[in-house]
Amino acid sequence: MSHHFVIRVVGKLLIPFILLFGLYVQFHGDFGPGGGFQAGVIFAAAFILYALIYGVDKAREVLPDTVLRVGAGLGVLIFGGTGVASVLLDANYLDYGPLAHDTPHGQHVGIFIVELGVGVTVASVMAILFFLFADRGGRDEMDEER
Amino acid sequence: MAATIFLIARIHNLFAVAMLGGIYSLMAASMFVVLDAVDVAFTEAAVGAGVSTILMLAALALTNTEEKPKSRHGVLGLVLVLVTGAALIYGTLDMPRYGDPNAPIHRHVAPTYLADSVTATTVPNVVTAVLASYRGYDTLGEVTVIFAAGVGVMLLLGGRRRRRHRSGSRE
Repeated sequence: MSHHFVIRVVGKLLIPFILLFGLYVQFHGDFGPGGGFQAGVIFAAAFILYALIYGVDKAREVLPDTVLRVGAGLGVLIFGGTGVASVLLDANYLDYGPLAHDTPHGQHVGIFIVELGVGVTVASVMAILFFLFADRGGRDEMDEER
Repeated sequence: MAATIFLIARIHNLFAVAMLGGIYSLMAASMFVVLDAVDVAFTEAAVGAGVSTILMLAALALTNTEEKPKSRHGVLGLVLVLVTGAALIYGTLDMPRYGDPNAPIHRHVAPTYLADSVTATTVPNVVTAVLASYRGYDTLGEVTVIFAAGVGVMLLLGGRRRRRHRSGSRE
């Protein structure tokens, strides 16, 4: 794939914007459409595109397996941990009220953190799935396919 | 969309079927945009048209790209599909009309969410507020399901890969 000049150049142009859009969807999810799920998928799609253009090995250098596995667990942990944090602050599980100076802002902060957790898990799991499938296939077959 | 589905059912080249599946997802995504469900459209476009098409292609690289020829077309299958379809259409008959403001779904908790979510959470996007705060448990469950799915695939595919590496090093 590395010899397809046009695809490489266009990919190089597009991937930063896809990543940026993923971040925008993640952190702007409170105001516009989107949120953790969407952002995670878009983020993962950018890395998958990178892997398709530059090869799975190059992509693995950027996102090693360990990072992805830790990320997948970390996201759930962030979500659950937010719930535990609110329990420790004398509220019900996943009641974000006491996370900030007043209840509405606490809710906002809680939603923000929780969405971050969702995004991290979704992006990691998507990338893990892709890498696993890509690994199973013989490299040569995959290249023929493209 | 109907044409795509028909083609998917008829074509035996699985590569083309995977591509048509992607096209179908893209059309579904545009339909969601028309229905003002932009978040769902995002997800459908990225997951349905993007990631899962690529996963399909990756899976195809492991197997054959041609469908195995089937010897007989089951009449039983056609009857089953028709009966199920008729039952589903019958089920929609007493559903409230699309966009009816008096439908039960718009009467239950939705008005409270719409009225209170901005003051209660300072989050202008009601969808996000409902997903992450009012229905926090649901979303936690969904994330756990995604995590579990990832772990499951890792166990199924990753383990075998490592075994192959090990046997490779022995050779």
